[in-house]
Amino acid sequence: MNALAISDLRKVYKNGFEALKGIDITVGEGDFFALLGPNGAGKSTAIGIISSLVNKTSGRVEVFGHDLDKDPESVKSCIGLVPQEFNFNMWERIGEIIVNQAGFYGIPRKEAWRRAETSLKQLDLWDKRNQMSRTLSGGMKRRLMIARALVHRPKLLILDEPTAGVDIEIRRSMWKFMSELNAHGTTIILTTHYLEEAESLCRNIAIINQGRIVENTRMDRLLHQLHTETFVLNLRDPLDELPLLDSFQLVRLDEQRVEVAISSDQSINQLFEQLTGKGIGITSMRNKQNRLEQLFINMVENARNGVTQ
Amino acid sequence: MTRYSRYWTAFVTIFTKEFLRFARIWLQTILPPAITTTLYYIIFGNLIGSRIGEMDGFSYIDFIVPGLILMAVITNSYSNVVSSFFSSKYQHHVEELIISPVPNWIILAGYVSGGVSRGVLVGVTVTVVSLFFTDIQVQSYGWTLAVFVLTSILFSLAGFINAVYANSFDDITIVPTFILTPLTYLGGVFYSINMLPEFWQQVSLANPILYMVNAFRYGLLGVSDISMGVALSIVVLFILVLSAFSLYLLNRGIGIKS
Repeated sequence: MNALAISDLRKVYKNGFEALKGIDITVGEGDFFALLGPNGAGKSTAIGIISSLVNKTSGRVEVFGHDLDKDPESVKSCIGLVPQEFNFNMWERIGEIIVNQAGFYGIPRKEAWRRAETSLKQLDLWDKRNQMSRTLSGGMKRRLMIARALVHRPKLLILDEPTAGVDIEIRRSMWKFMSELNAHGTTIILTTHYLEEAESLCRNIAIINQGRIVENTRMDRLLHQLHTETFVLNLRDPLDELPLLDSFQLVRLDEQRVEVAISSDQSINQLFEQLTGKGIGITSMRNKQNRLEQLFINMVENARNGVTQ
Repeated sequence: MTRYSRYWTAFVTIFTKEFLRFARIWLQTILPPAITTTLYYIIFGNLIGSRIGEMDGFSYIDFIVPGLILMAVITNSYSNVVSSFFSSKYQHHVEELIISPVPNWIILAGYVSGGVSRGVLVGVTVTVVSLFFTDIQVQSYGWTLAVFVLTSILFSLAGFINAVYANSFDDITIVPTFILTPLTYLGGVFYSINMLPEFWQQVSLANPILYMVNAFRYGLLGVSDISMGVALSIVVLFILVLSAFSLYLLNRGIGIKS
């Protein structure tokens, strides 16, 4: 069964802005799905419609087989939402926020506290349960929203930029947490501007731009479309003059750094052999740009210029 | 867990949240009406009232007691819901309710019951205060309680509608300042409408607060300018109309969804 099936979804706001121009997305049960797009592309509108925060203009949304128009209560019961903006009461205590949210889903108070303890402990917030939510740091507020979204044990978790503005350590611990959740069977839809996050976590991906889906495929297939990758090489010794290589073009960045583009039919071994042959030592190398980021920029620019994929 | 037990838990959660919201800050919510009403009793009841003499067969202070109590009930039930629901919109935590499987009628019932609990609590407090200034003998406990509750329901609903349409904190003060307060003062709190010329008596009959004040006065003192059947019917009619309109707003997502 599909966790989410969206067909011909359209949204026209009152001011006439057409945020979604008939999108189709299918997310399988147990998937870790990335929904990417530039700002204003329609991601948050789509998420808003799925989670009942935004009224759709037309189209169909089904969550685990429940139709949003016919059975909104069942749809809502299946979904947990971590929105982009903080949307909890800043004057409530952390424990109360979680327990009240459980109450809205019909979970009795005693059981709600038991679940709150579990999720707050998992997210390192249990010690702060009696603190006012406004006193939390940005990273803790994000984790609080995750704990709140999980209290009714949703089958589909929607994370709208969950790691925005948090430091790398917390971000990595959140990635681990999300991966474990997914491994235990929760379907996850993730929107993010950190494309390395989407690349490392998600198995399937849709890219939305100007209200249309411009790509919807498996992550590995998408990455395979990348014909050229650019690497930055750190040299052992300063280089006075760039050497001439067969089929590789080096570009000087500074005295001890060069970049080189390698197409999918070339190998890095060939490059290293030629450099070694010319007595040039390499101490380290890295991707100039994240692979998905490179593809994403290409696609969005192509869509903007009207180029068909 | 049956559907209705889930609904009940959701209702109790919203009600408890709303009750604790104002109960925790009782110094700002329960005490001020008691102080204001005490000042009314001292100034209008004792100092000025003693020179006015009797009204409808009662001393002036006894005559104004029901109106003053009801005025506190009206303003508190209204302001509780309007400020709470608008604040939940403003801080976006109303989204917690919108995304959860709580039917709209439960959301409305939860907020209204919060407003009713504050209205009744303030009403009881003000009634206790009034016992220090008057010798009122309650004529009908049933009427008194019914009017307490019905008035609180009606003005909680009105506060809810105001909050749905409000886009700023200014918008939640416009209705109380320019509509609610004038209607309350012209609703026969401080005078009997029999004192007015015929034309203004007829105009006063269009004021719904007049019916509530008189129904409450009947419960406490046993006198009223209006028939009790008419008063009760009008209050219930207003409750039904405002409830239907509130549910329509919630179902359409007006003011809370884009």
